[in-house]
Amino acid sequence: MSEIEFLSWVRGQGFQIAVVIFIAGVIIRFAEILLLGRKANIAEAKGSEMSGGLHTIISRSVPDKSTFQRSAFTVTAGYIFHIGLFVTIFLFAPHILMFKSIIGFGWYSLPTPVVDAFAVVTIIALLAVLTHRMRDTVLKFLTTKEDYLVWMLTVIPLVTGYMAFHRIGLTAPTLLAIHILSVELLLVVFPFTKLMHAFTFALSRWYNGAISGYRGVQS
Amino acid sequence: MSASLEKGINALKEQVDATVAAFFSSCVHCGMCSEACLFYTETGCPTATPIHKAEPLRRIWKSEYTLLGRVGKMFGLTARVDDELLTEWETSVYDNCTLCGRCSMVCPMGIDIAMLIRKTREGMAAAGHAPEGLIGATKRAVTIGSPMGVKLPALMAQIKHVEKDTGMTIPLDVVGAEYMLLLSSMEIMNFPEFIEATAKIFDKAGVSWTISTEAFEATNSGIQIGVADIAAELVQRIVDAAEKLQVKTVISPECGHAYMAIRWEGPNLVGKPFSFKVRHILEVLDEFRKDGRLKITGKETQRLTYHDPCQVSRRGGVIDQPRNLINMFSDNFVEMPDHGKMGWCCGAGGGVSSNERADEVRLKVFQRKKDQLDEIKPDAIISACSNCRIHLEDGLEEYNMDIPLLSLTETIAEHLAD
Repeated sequence: MSEIEFLSWVRGQGFQIAVVIFIAGVIIRFAEILLLGRKANIAEAKGSEMSGGLHTIISRSVPDKSTFQRSAFTVTAGYIFHIGLFVTIFLFAPHILMFKSIIGFGWYSLPTPVVDAFAVVTIIALLAVLTHRMRDTVLKFLTTKEDYLVWMLTVIPLVTGYMAFHRIGLTAPTLLAIHILSVELLLVVFPFTKLMHAFTFALSRWYNGAISGYRGVQS
Repeated sequence: MSASLEKGINALKEQVDATVAAFFSSCVHCGMCSEACLFYTETGCPTATPIHKAEPLRRIWKSEYTLLGRVGKMFGLTARVDDELLTEWETSVYDNCTLCGRCSMVCPMGIDIAMLIRKTREGMAAAGHAPEGLIGATKRAVTIGSPMGVKLPALMAQIKHVEKDTGMTIPLDVVGAEYMLLLSSMEIMNFPEFIEATAKIFDKAGVSWTISTEAFEATNSGIQIGVADIAAELVQRIVDAAEKLQVKTVISPECGHAYMAIRWEGPNLVGKPFSFKVRHILEVLDEFRKDGRLKITGKETQRLTYHDPCQVSRRGGVIDQPRNLINMFSDNFVEMPDHGKMGWCCGAGGGVSSNERADEVRLKVFQRKKDQLDEIKPDAIISACSNCRIHLEDGLEEYNMDIPLLSLTETIAEHLAD
């Protein structure tokens, strides 16, 4: 297979397979969760499930002061790499063109050097997160192979994207093909790992807020 | 597989619902819950990390309720629940967790970790992995009616004392009373002043109330050990008595988990809504305050703080009421650094105080409360849970701290205007 053939496969059939697995996987995972159902609470309510739930979806993004002080690194590094991922994935002009070709519309992009800087910062933040994970007593204890796998699958598209943009090492089509392939790998694994938190966090926070809200506590 | 293990696994399966699945699906192993748990912050032991305590339940969810887990199970790749695991987890689930729920307030994914651990206990207990102390307390609750073995004659003796001291009559089994007061065994045995205080306040407020001689025990070992059937049976006793006496409101006394059991879990355990309301004593007193039926005289000048019982405040929603009440008689109230819904547990809730195996660790983790108290240096601590109160007294003694502990209800009674 020539590099052009490789690129056209990852852009075509490969991409389609990955997207189908991703979408089907996410739907299956949501079905697995929601079909389990949840018994209605029949204790006399003191507050609203809905407003408690919706509030917690937003409010849990910001830790209280004492929690922040105790977990300052996790919170700060977490914020940096999540924002970095958002910017590099969704505000990079070539990516927006790709989204536009699929869903029919695009949106505002950031200047390329800015996205480039974000990519570097995100990679550094992810390296810091990994180091922390490997050195902190609790994190070392909690960490599973899946955590390392997910870390790798997240950082590789960033690194390959950076390399493709700066044409480091290989030819442009090969670099681009590797970059797209790494994203496809991420998409395929996504629904079946903790990466699903990108979707289920809202559900989880809603339940937490609803359970508390029902009892009249804003969680 | 042993019969008891099978029971345990089935009990765990019964606990899995959409909330459990959403929670486990969202954990990213960030470890922030460890910093919210006094059993980690004061011991530095990573096995005390809250989400780790729910591992048996997570394995059941993963292997039975996820596609990948089920496929993995076929190839022997998905982690299983066995007796070895449950034995190893006993101390994490029962000794090193008070179900205080502080972790549930901190998790960035919004996982209600305390709920997961509470559910894990259902499987542990069914599989025969609950601690001896809690098993004993639960047996006594079922057979005698009280986890401490307190029988009706003991209550009657205390009531007699109160009646002699006050010249008042404690109303028993009054049909049609507005309020039915429950008591915890600890109040009956260690703090009968609570009965006296309540009688005085209700008398002044001019409300009708009663104690049922058939169901006076408020505590519920069933929810602490994690056996829903027993918990339901204990709740049903109260429901039967309240219905028989046709009371409008059942009052949960100064006890944390009793309030959780009767107020929030109760109707769900017995499977039908109550025909009466359930209120914590502090909610009732705050209602009296609002209605102008609680008249207070004199101000405490000493520096007072309030220890939030977790099941009353964070898990129960009674946070403002104690503060409203304290402000009636105090000009010098000071909050601990983390308080209200973010308060730190005393270290002995959730059945830990009934579990002798946990005696050492509960005193060790009291260091967290000590640090909080050292920051504000109060002259006295007020609380509204006899279990917290006993453990706080133990802890203060252990750490050579000379701070008196007060019950909020009793303090209000002392300040009643004539």
